[in-house]
Amino acid sequence: MAEPTERSQEYMDSTEKLDRGATAPTKEGPDVTDSVATSVDVQTVLPHEGRESVATVAKRIEITDLNLYYGSFHAVKSVNMTIQPNKVTALIGSSGCGKSTFLRSLNRMHELVPGGRVDGAVIIDGQDIYASNVDPVAVRRQVGMVFQSPNPFPTMSIYENVVAGLLLNSRKTKKPALDEIVERSLRGANLWNEVKDRLDRPGGGLSGGQQQRLCIARATAVEPEVLLMDEPCSALDPVATLAIEDLIQQLKANYTIVIVTHNMQQASRASDVTGFFNLEQSGTPGQLVELDTTETIFSNPANKATEDYVTGRFG
Amino acid sequence: MSTTPTTSTDAALTAGVPTPPRRPGDRIFSGAATAAGIGILVLLAGVAIFLLQEAWPAIKAAPEDIPGGTGLVDFIAPLAFGTVLGAVIAIVLAVPMAVAVALFITDYAPRRIANTLSYVIDLLAAVPSIVYGLWGIAVLGPAALGIQTWLADHLGFLPFFAGPVSTTGRTMLVVGVVLAVMILPIITAVTREVFARTPRIHREGALALGATRWEMIRMTVLPFGRSAVISASMLGLGRALGETMAVAIILSVSGVVTFNLISSTNPSTIAANIALDFPESSGLDVNALIASGLALFAITLVVNMAARAVITRNEDASR
Amino acid sequence: MSALDLTATPPRASLVRGSLPSWGPRGLTIGAAIVALGLIAATDVNAALVLVSAVVLCGVGLYAWSRAVEGARTATDRGVTFLVSSAFALAIAPLVSLLYTVVSRGFARFDYQFFTESSRNVVGAGGGASHAILGTLVITGVATLASVPIGILAAVYLQEYGHGRLKRSITFFVDVMTGIPSIVAGLFAYALFALFLGPGIRLGVIGAVALSVLMIPIVVRATEEMLKIVPNHLREASYALGVPKWRTVVKVVLPTALGGIISGVMLAIARVMGETAPLLITTGAFSSVNLNPVDGRMQNLAVFAFNQYKNPGVQREPYFDRAWAAALTLIVLVMTLSLVARLIQRRFGTETR
Repeated sequence: MAEPTERSQEYMDSTEKLDRGATAPTKEGPDVTDSVATSVDVQTVLPHEGRESVATVAKRIEITDLNLYYGSFHAVKSVNMTIQPNKVTALIGSSGCGKSTFLRSLNRMHELVPGGRVDGAVIIDGQDIYASNVDPVAVRRQVGMVFQSPNPFPTMSIYENVVAGLLLNSRKTKKPALDEIVERSLRGANLWNEVKDRLDRPGGGLSGGQQQRLCIARATAVEPEVLLMDEPCSALDPVATLAIEDLIQQLKANYTIVIVTHNMQQASRASDVTGFFNLEQSGTPGQLVELDTTETIFSNPANKATEDYVTGRFG
Repeated sequence: MSTTPTTSTDAALTAGVPTPPRRPGDRIFSGAATAAGIGILVLLAGVAIFLLQEAWPAIKAAPEDIPGGTGLVDFIAPLAFGTVLGAVIAIVLAVPMAVAVALFITDYAPRRIANTLSYVIDLLAAVPSIVYGLWGIAVLGPAALGIQTWLADHLGFLPFFAGPVSTTGRTMLVVGVVLAVMILPIITAVTREVFARTPRIHREGALALGATRWEMIRMTVLPFGRSAVISASMLGLGRALGETMAVAIILSVSGVVTFNLISSTNPSTIAANIALDFPESSGLDVNALIASGLALFAITLVVNMAARAVITRNEDASR
Repeated sequence: MSALDLTATPPRASLVRGSLPSWGPRGLTIGAAIVALGLIAATDVNAALVLVSAVVLCGVGLYAWSRAVEGARTATDRGVTFLVSSAFALAIAPLVSLLYTVVSRGFARFDYQFFTESSRNVVGAGGGASHAILGTLVITGVATLASVPIGILAAVYLQEYGHGRLKRSITFFVDVMTGIPSIVAGLFAYALFALFLGPGIRLGVIGAVALSVLMIPIVVRATEEMLKIVPNHLREASYALGVPKWRTVVKVVLPTALGGIISGVMLAIARVMGETAPLLITTGAFSSVNLNPVDGRMQNLAVFAFNQYKNPGVQREPYFDRAWAAALTLIVLVMTLSLVARLIQRRFGTETR
């Protein structure tokens, strides 16, 4: 019953730790055993044990035989892939090939679409997120998402937008702790300097690029393990796009990032691994055709269709 | 025959395309349109002027000539009290219900049912008030007898339920409930439409942060629809204030001023009083009734203005 | 520079969470319903009271159960779901009861005679409402003929021509007009005619004027909304062809919005058709057919229903039956109108967007 208080206590603890962490960052790199340890149920772990084990929170995602449907329409067919932690994985492919649908299935957003149905397994850190006893709300908390067009909540201030996700879980987080998280998240999103004087202004008053960075700050404030980005730059101008791409490079130190993009250059610039989605003809389900390091995909792809697509000889 | 860019309603249009020169056809057509617009102003001025003119004899008449014999204010005040009382009961009951029904349709009901439901609600918003009145006196009044007795027995210490309970069910409480049932579809229809227009990207943004359905609604749908709920409620309040037949057919009136909602002596409302007395009135009585109608007009006007002020303020704030 | 120093993170909940069995909420609700209905059937306690306590207990129980198993947030979510659903059920119940009552009671006299005979010289059973039905049609028709041109033209002015103070004040006063109580509209129409034709005057056309006052703002609003969503590129395309503005409005803008305007007009008709109060004080009551709006009293369905119910004869049932049949006729008329209007709206609404 006292869960919220417990949680906020833990938050306080962890933000104290964050302070120290900021002065002496300890980078241990991606370590699978470490990250497994972080997923131990909060109720069974003492606070300080929780702190011990969190060098990185990025998670590996294993997808086996994933099929996605809209009603009777088969949108994505049997995807098998592993998404590496602390890497940026770009998903490319023509419109309608199911890459966004696939992305939305990684944090159980796909099932929110009327008729949306998922078949197969998405295993994050040893746990199938589609297992029957898994709470989709908990999944979405650990797998953050940034959308195509910036969507800060229009009725909330910049500050409120950043803490929106946090307050859902721990209403009693103290103001100083919140302030700290807001500053850290906004700094992390390279937005702090631009908005620090107007945190109480509505988020909708920012420029498109700033709004999108605000949304990234909002997503990272809850400290997810995975960050999904659905064409995050498609509504932005080139300068804002570059800012976001830089940010993505910084963020991958702490997160597993999956980004859907239509922009070939963006995929080649910003990602470590690239997956190419394609469909044989319209009406058939999309498939993952090829998955390799970005370098390979763009220089020496194994598949003819991939080559045609990345070189612009599409179709 | 010169171009007048300012006559164009749309700035973008003016920038892109020069307004064509004013041909005779243009002049005639825009003249007719303008005349219609001005006609509405004239009509409304007419409403005010003719009502004032017909009410004037009652306003300047000696107090003893007014029905009741103690002046116009004493004649209208209890009626205005009854009007506001019934409408307030209705709005207190109807608004939370309407918000719940709207949310149920937009966010809780399965999609296929939801479409049918919103259709049905829209249809119910068109049901004539006389039908609500008939239903109130024939069905709800008798059915509410038990509850009203229970209220008097257990909550009788509250002035609202002091009793003694009317045995006919023709009480202010029943009127309030009927008015609530009547304005519920109206408030729901407006509210539902706005709730449904909450941008999907905001809903998904909240869900992607790990919000439960209710948290998503609280973060996005309710703030988005707040001013719509207010304006819809004011629309409903206006309807309830001006509602005539449901009250005229149900309420057993005796011109008292009381907060006792369940007894057989109730204040009448302005509108119901006009409907009941007007056909048999003549002379100064008619003027007094028209004066009371003017008062009702003023009350609804104030409500509408308040609603508009609230909406404008909200819109400014959310910008 | 490390932008994010997330060297420490709060320990997090696992994805797996205790959850109620999938039958949980439904089972609890059905269980509570069975117990409540059993209590009502077996004992003579107040049925409404039992139902209310059953709903409250069921909701509290569900919340407590969920809170114990699933935690506070999910419990709140479930609690609100239960609250919204039961509020919906509670709100919809009277509306269902209303429709059921009108249909079941109205059918007693929903017969041939009701539609073909007037109630001239009818005392007790028998008679019909043909005079009221015809009166309703005539009064509403005259009101429609008066309001639709004014309403549409005024909307065209506001949307296509209006500017400055005149536009603002017309917009404002149309809003004011929307809020006029129907009885006040009746008083106005009466006051207007009484001035010229003397006090005590009752004519069909006075009722039509009253209804017009109610109808015009609805037509203006609906038309304005539809004109607003006519895409500007259509206007521009027409101007680019050298078409004068008025022809653009008449030939391009209005036809594009036509579906929406028609449905708006039909909804306005549906709205005023069932009006009782303004007609009660302007057209009076009459028991014979009168088709001339400028000569003598005129009956209409709503007032007919009211009078039958309010002033029944010695034997009340036939009067009540006629009132309900009139109510049913009204509902059928109004609902058909709104249904057709919505269908038109649905059909054309997508085209203009």
